[in-house]
Amino acid sequence: MRDLLRLLRLLLPEWKSMLAAAAWGFATVASNVGLLATSAYLIARAAQHPPVLYLMVPIVEVRFFGIARAAFRYLERYFSHDATFRVLERLRVRFYAALEPLAPAGLLDQRGGDLLSRIVGDVETLRDFFLRAVAPPLVAAGVLTAVAVFLGRYNAGLAWAVVAVFGAAGMGVPVAALLASRGVGRKLVRTRARLQAALVDSIQGMADLQAFGQARRQLETVESLSRELEDLQTRTLNVASLSGSLTGLAGNLAAWCVLALAIPLVAQRQLDGVYLAMLMLAASSAFEAVMPLPQALQYLEQSLAAARRLFAVVDRAAAAETSAAQAPPACASPLAAAPRPTRVAPAFRGLQVEGLRFRYTAVGPWVLDGVHLQLPWGGKLAVVGPSGAGKTTLVNLLLRFWDDYEGSIRLDGQAIRSIPPEELRNRMAVVAQNTHLFNATIRENLLLARPGATQAEMEQAAAAAQIDAFVRSLPEGFDTYVGEGGFKLSGGQRQRLAVARALLKDAPLLILDEATAGLDAVTEEQLWTALLRVMEGRTVLAISHRLRGLEVMDQIVVLEQGRVAETGRFEELLRRRGLFWEMWRLEQVALSDSPFQPLPAASAAGSAAEA
Amino acid sequence: MLKEAKESRTGLFLALAVGLGLGAGLLAILQAGVLSHVVSGAFLGGQGPRQLWPLLWVLLGLLFARALFIWLGESCAHRAAAQVKLSLRRRLLAHLFALGPAYAGGERAGELTYVLVEGVDSLEAFFSRYLPQLALAVLIPLTVLGFAFPADPLSGWILLITAPLIPVFMILIGKWAESLTQRQWETLSRLSAHFLDVLQGLTTLKIFGRSKDQIQVVARVSRQFRDTTLAVLRVAFLSALVLELLATISTALVAVGLGLRLVYGRLEFERAFFLLLLAPEFYQPLRLLGTQFHAGLSGATAAKRIYAVLETPLPGSVPAGETDRSAPSEPSQACLLQARLAGMDAPQVVFSDVHYAYEGGLRPALSGVTFVLEPGQRVALVGASGAGKSTVAHLLLRFLEPQRGSIQVNGLPLGAVPPELWRQYVAWVPQNPRLFYGTVADNIRLGRPEASLEEVAAAAQAAGAHEFIQALPQGYETPVGELGLKLSGGQAQRIAIARAILKDSPLLILDEATAHLDPAHQREVEQALERLMAGRTTLIIAHRLTTASRADWILVLDAGRLVEEGRHRDLVARGGAYARLVQASRSAAEPVSPAGAAAGAGEVGEVSP
Repeated sequence: MRDLLRLLRLLLPEWKSMLAAAAWGFATVASNVGLLATSAYLIARAAQHPPVLYLMVPIVEVRFFGIARAAFRYLERYFSHDATFRVLERLRVRFYAALEPLAPAGLLDQRGGDLLSRIVGDVETLRDFFLRAVAPPLVAAGVLTAVAVFLGRYNAGLAWAVVAVFGAAGMGVPVAALLASRGVGRKLVRTRARLQAALVDSIQGMADLQAFGQARRQLETVESLSRELEDLQTRTLNVASLSGSLTGLAGNLAAWCVLALAIPLVAQRQLDGVYLAMLMLAASSAFEAVMPLPQALQYLEQSLAAARRLFAVVDRAAAAETSAAQAPPACASPLAAAPRPTRVAPAFRGLQVEGLRFRYTAVGPWVLDGVHLQLPWGGKLAVVGPSGAGKTTLVNLLLRFWDDYEGSIRLDGQAIRSIPPEELRNRMAVVAQNTHLFNATIRENLLLARPGATQAEMEQAAAAAQIDAFVRSLPEGFDTYVGEGGFKLSGGQRQRLAVARALLKDAPLLILDEATAGLDAVTEEQLWTALLRVMEGRTVLAISHRLRGLEVMDQIVVLEQGRVAETGRFEELLRRRGLFWEMWRLEQVALSDSPFQPLPAASAAGSAAEA
Repeated sequence: MLKEAKESRTGLFLALAVGLGLGAGLLAILQAGVLSHVVSGAFLGGQGPRQLWPLLWVLLGLLFARALFIWLGESCAHRAAAQVKLSLRRRLLAHLFALGPAYAGGERAGELTYVLVEGVDSLEAFFSRYLPQLALAVLIPLTVLGFAFPADPLSGWILLITAPLIPVFMILIGKWAESLTQRQWETLSRLSAHFLDVLQGLTTLKIFGRSKDQIQVVARVSRQFRDTTLAVLRVAFLSALVLELLATISTALVAVGLGLRLVYGRLEFERAFFLLLLAPEFYQPLRLLGTQFHAGLSGATAAKRIYAVLETPLPGSVPAGETDRSAPSEPSQACLLQARLAGMDAPQVVFSDVHYAYEGGLRPALSGVTFVLEPGQRVALVGASGAGKSTVAHLLLRFLEPQRGSIQVNGLPLGAVPPELWRQYVAWVPQNPRLFYGTVADNIRLGRPEASLEEVAAAAQAAGAHEFIQALPQGYETPVGELGLKLSGGQAQRIAIARAILKDSPLLILDEATAHLDPAHQREVEQALERLMAGRTTLIIAHRLTTASRADWILVLDAGRLVEEGRHRDLVARGGAYARLVQASRSAAEPVSPAGAAAGAGEVGEVSP
């Protein structure tokens, strides 16, 4: 109920246009009632052979209703959609504003992209809230009132009979249908998910299944799940059909009641027989407003479920914000005290991490457990380690996506916790593994880094990232659309654009966070070559899973399970034969892709020679 | 797609659905007749309740019968749709399995999953609503006309003339709206995807300090989306307008015409009222068809994609028949084969002059490859990506059949053995093993479905997977895969090894993982594989020098040809393709530091046989 109120409150700003839409919806049904009722009256009156002049009013009315209904319908559609889109627009802005402070920390504990597409889907679901859940009951209530008043003017008993049938059909049938299909509905969702999983497994795991001789068994699994799903679906659909046909029956029943009640009245001369047909058709045609009600309840349920999920996210955001607002005094005070003694000694110029410990949840394992590192301006530091060693977490902390760590991170002696996040991030340019390219032009994607950049600066950055020739080769150059709906870029091209974007930002500290991960060996090599040139003369922090090419770094920190396992330059580390050497050995002896491809001519020559 | 409807049960249900719908239509006409008689009796005939009650009871019965007919009709339609969906899903999947992973894998997987899940689902509305409604939209109006014309030809003509206008206008406006949508499609899809795009890029935006500005952008784009959509909808709503207009205006015309003729006594009231009641019944099915129009369109589109899959010819069967025309394939022969394979340990496999090309011969993958895997030998297959390594593995797994040449196992032509039977003797550890939705134990049991939990645990132990499995929330009963827990690549790999251990087949195909190079677990995996390979004939698709150097025999593939084979030491000494390969993988270290290179080379030297 609270959720419903909250949901309704979202509609408030648009209440005028929504009311207008509902009014047009009412007018649409009412004009149909009017058309049939006046037509019936016209015929009945005509059957009494009055002078034609007496029929002029009903004739005009019939014609008016005949035309008006279509116009009303059009207006209703237009206004309701317009209002709905306005509400959705407001919703999107609100949710964005609520989510913005959460990212990425608050969004990670759910399943990443899954959560995001669900939010978007849920917002879309709410489109039906007004159109199909709120408006129909409003229209129905209006129609019922109007018809009851109309019938009541002739006889109160008729009005009550219609109200009773209308109520049973409009409330009783939908609620009964909902209750009847509720248990099945939950099972249906579960079975559908299982069938989907089995189908995806069948396609994507076909090789595994066949190699292990399980194809037939999988077919049987799918078949039985499929049968189960169809059974459940048929059952729910049958309930839906039943409630549909009952709603249709209700209109006819109302007409029947009117007849059964009115015929004695006519016989007793308490009601003029000329109205009989009119009253009957007015009662039955009013039930058009009941037709969408069973579905309205389903839409209401869906909307509420969607709203509940959305509200949960927003509430979490609000909670995070208040806790963040309370947090600073608690954690700032020791920090505020801490820098003072260090300031006596000249502050370290550059990035300094000391005794850094961090875990994502209060009970989870330490992801970083006592990390020290120093990166002076102009220096080049690499952080390497097996996956799960805590490399990317380190970057997240540097960017202040999380603040609740132990130890200190300082930039020129100043604790980064005391630097406003925006200002801090302005000093860093990041090339991440999963840099997002927006569904926009290349220009827009690059200008994100610095909105005021000139064309020349943009081209310069593109040239440094070695993507300029490619961009020029595109039909629309920098104005080519990229991203999901646009031009499909390869992994290497995407990363180059990300590099160009970072360069355009021209921040003092360049962070490469697994910038070459996920690329094939050849592309990785080429991108790294481009990066080597970019790194010249800059302060670089490179987070890397690959070791080849790290010879140029001043220092390499090897992380293992959140601790610094080794530190040193490339050759030193190799000589030490520790974890770095172990990783190097594994990486070094890769056979197939990278070493082979640079030598196609040689191997062709070799085979020719052998032949 | 209509041929689906011909399938006996589906056809029966569909016919029933239409029949019951038509019955409900007839009842509606009957109901109109009784109603007009009752009303006219009470209004003009001076009949009181006493005379009319029997008719009112009949009327009540008609109303309930009509509701029942409608309900049963729709139920039959749903059942028909369920039949079609079941049968299509079964046939699609069976056909895909017959086509094999060579067809269904890779980039096609996404489209195929879509066809199987959403594609088949979208046929529900097509079969349960659109199709019956299409029939009823013709039958019911015609029936109504059959009653309207005798009652009053003029009203009949009005109905007859306006009826065809409805579909005509709907189609015209529908086309217009569609072309408008098409023109706006790019804008619309970009705008509608925008919100998700911004949310997914939120971290990126934050890094660039631009996340706050996006509030305005979200609002602006949303507004743009509203404007564009409404522009399209304005046209789409026109079809509703025309539909309503035609139906109501002609009802009005009928009513006014009847009224005027009644005044002059050219018609009696009962008949006029009957016609007035018929008019809405006449338009109702047409109106319903209009609302199902979209279901019809999307169903037709889905059907096109479904049949594109179903009509893909099975490629494997034809060439197999050609190469092994002499091969017997009667059941008794299969039993004989089974007997010969049954006790087999560590078989000998011979590839002689095997050719294979993809895309109907356009893309050659193997051209005349000949080699022998001796019993118990570990043979490494090396070569660049695209050299034909996976094709060799797929041929050996019988996902593909050689187009020329033959493969023999212990002197037995492989083409003569039914693929399912053959695969019982092959274990495969793929590069990226698939974890299926189910428990961890189920996933390991893929190797041998009847294995006990002890056997599963023993296999996991041998594969170095037991420890991490026990640390999972529900141990071996933890659901993994699509709807369950996501395991890391290294963990999935060890489960795949456990599968192979449990299967205990004499022939092993190992596709070495290139990714997940995690020093901590690498040793465990290597040891597990070592145990697995013991006593089996093994074909390893090697991606790393260490693996290749440890093999008993190395096959070097280049562009579909076997360019070299031999032992690691001999091949290095010969200075051919393999030596260059080894050189290249080492040389990367040399410019850095002699120490590093020496370390890397030293390691390789140590492990080589």
